[in-house]
Amino acid sequence: MDIKVALVGNPNTGKSTLFNRLTGLNQKIGNFPGITVDKKTGFTKLASGKEAEIIDLPGTYSLYPKSADESIVFQVLADKENDSHPDVIVLIADASNLKRNMLLYSQVADLGIPIILALNMIDLSAKQGIEINLDKLAEKLGIQVVSISARNNIGIDKLKQAIANTNKIATQYQDVDVNFLAPEAINAIKSKLNSDNDYYALQVLHQHEHLTFFTEKEQEEIEHIEQSHHFESSKIQAAETIARYKHLSTILSDVVIDKGTEKKFSFSDKLDAILTHKVWGFAIFLLILFVIFNAIFAWSSYPMDWIETGFGFITSIGHKYLPAGMLSDLLLDGVIAGLGGIFVFIPQIAILFAFISILEDTGYMARVTFMMDKVMSKVGLNGKSVVPMIGGLACAVPSIMAARNIENWKDRMITIMVTPLVSCSARLPVYILIISLIIPSKTVLGVFNLQGLALMVMYLVGIIAAVLVAWVMKFIIKTKERSYFIMELPVYRMPRWKNVFYTMYEKSKTFVFEAGKVIIAISIILWVMASFGPGNRFENIDKKYESALADTTKNTDHIKTLVATEKLENSYVGILGHWIEPAISPLGYDWKIGIGLITSFAAREAFVGTMATIYSVDGGDEDTTTIRERMSASVNNRTGLPVYTFATGISLMLFYAFAMQCMSTVAIVYRETKGWKWPVIQLAYMTAMAYVAALVAYQLLK
Amino acid sequence: MKLSHLKVGEKGTIVAFTDLDMSVKLMEMGCLPGEEIEVERFAPLGDPMAIRVAGYQLCLRKSEADVIIIQ
Repeated sequence: MDIKVALVGNPNTGKSTLFNRLTGLNQKIGNFPGITVDKKTGFTKLASGKEAEIIDLPGTYSLYPKSADESIVFQVLADKENDSHPDVIVLIADASNLKRNMLLYSQVADLGIPIILALNMIDLSAKQGIEINLDKLAEKLGIQVVSISARNNIGIDKLKQAIANTNKIATQYQDVDVNFLAPEAINAIKSKLNSDNDYYALQVLHQHEHLTFFTEKEQEEIEHIEQSHHFESSKIQAAETIARYKHLSTILSDVVIDKGTEKKFSFSDKLDAILTHKVWGFAIFLLILFVIFNAIFAWSSYPMDWIETGFGFITSIGHKYLPAGMLSDLLLDGVIAGLGGIFVFIPQIAILFAFISILEDTGYMARVTFMMDKVMSKVGLNGKSVVPMIGGLACAVPSIMAARNIENWKDRMITIMVTPLVSCSARLPVYILIISLIIPSKTVLGVFNLQGLALMVMYLVGIIAAVLVAWVMKFIIKTKERSYFIMELPVYRMPRWKNVFYTMYEKSKTFVFEAGKVIIAISIILWVMASFGPGNRFENIDKKYESALADTTKNTDHIKTLVATEKLENSYVGILGHWIEPAISPLGYDWKIGIGLITSFAAREAFVGTMATIYSVDGGDEDTTTIRERMSASVNNRTGLPVYTFATGISLMLFYAFAMQCMSTVAIVYRETKGWKWPVIQLAYMTAMAYVAALVAYQLLK
Repeated sequence: MKLSHLKVGEKGTIVAFTDLDMSVKLMEMGCLPGEEIEVERFAPLGDPMAIRVAGYQLCLRKSEADVIIIQ
């Protein structure tokens, strides 16, 4: 790698498209050192044969951050020791909206890192009647200016050439001399930090609390300078912004000629008249939601079946050919089974993110945010909370990551806290199993399938719960920060299918790795707990059936299953199941369900697998009966009544609807909130809610 | 006159802001003194609103539009 290039630009300027164009599949996501903001990097070959590392920084309107993601931009650009500190910056600006985009250019240029200006969507702006004199602009700024269209692959080679040509010494003229804004404080910082850059010093005064690369002592000294010179952050920022725009106006005045402002929005405006219409707007939104919802379930069922069959095949092959023993069992029943439980969700996650990325790419998601803000703000959320909450239908893990776009801390926190209540795809297998046990497959009113209706009700329960909890938290969580909602509405565009594909690929990968680590660890622990028991209980069971198993004249399969059941009951997991029975019997559950609750604490979908294990060994010798039939026939040893009554089923589904039961979500909330406080609160309130709801439901219905 | 008092299709020019913190955010988004603003539409439930400013469409809540004084 010969040169580091950072992409910087406003949101909606085609930064990601350019990044994908430059790097292709040659990209990876990691974390910026010490912080949990995603770092996208990739590599590209320049014409000179040199290789460039491309770093995609979060989109931002200015160097003054409004969200966690945005704060990384100054952090990386300011800190020469940072791994991601670039040699060259490519600033991407939307050519059709140059003046506002140039505010960020002006700030970044003044930091003194070599910079190239890439005017994107040049074909679009030309069509709109905007003429930009590139040579004149380049001359006035003292840098290379390249016009590109990332979407249509225009000018990318020229941009690469410009990167290769860039000198390591910055050539841009200083845009605005900011020293006058706070001369004494700026000079004090400059001598303190041994820097000759006025703007860097000014930004340090503004942002030092968020800059992790200063030591505690340095922080105190900077704070002291700030105090003693009465540095008024907002006032100075306002003055700077005005000064920059004033300067930009003079630069751009004879560079940009706009001949057709009136016409260029007509298509978007016509669409908006329908898509954000009082009635049609919501109707279309609901229709789109329905299509997504349907697609997630209908389209994913085949690939999910293939994945399940595939993993089943691997396990059976493994058991056949690997030497029998502990290690093979751990590998096959622990690790492979755990992996299967993760991979099976890839189709749903990929489909959901395909839709989300199409909706975002076209500009529709911004309209949904616009339409929903009023409703969402009533319950303490924000229009931008809609995206994570829709995403919650597939999986809370990537959705909680998506909540980073919410600038306001309180809005973001509430969104993170309630998103896991929205029924994710992991609850689906549990719902389907239990609904098939307790709800008859009948058609009512000619069209509605009763089981389908029940499933829909469960999803509604999740969404209503999320809204109610958000409303309660609105009053509990206190903040000094004001909630605000200022957002660009981009013009409608066709989705970029390549971007959609990259998003699907990336999100699936992130899910597999983030959730995968935890689930495999838990799978191994559970396997150990289910395979061993205290003392010599297992040996005693073996002894008890020794003679019966030795009798070769009889079919020993039944006895083998009896051994397995008894072993499971006496394993650590089984003992735990019995131990929690007093706590769960008021909810209508026996110890077997108890085991299911314990195993699915790590991940809900484990419930079905656990039930399959327990009942496949418990069911007797009729191999033809399905697990569902065995569960339905099972009887509570103490009461003599069927275990899966309507009351128990409803109670169990409500428990699964509300309980946290997802280690991956706990892990991601920890990561996103940088501490244990919020994940613990979330775990506690959700478990309490699940228990109470299940208890009330069972006691009323039994 | 406050921006939030304008009706759909009406135009005005920004003269001042009544809130310092909010003004910084708005100015970054191109809402500068001297810029012309046109109200494009209101969200289906009456809030937030979409305005045309500096050559693009921006949406903001009425409470935020309240800090923008126009002529």
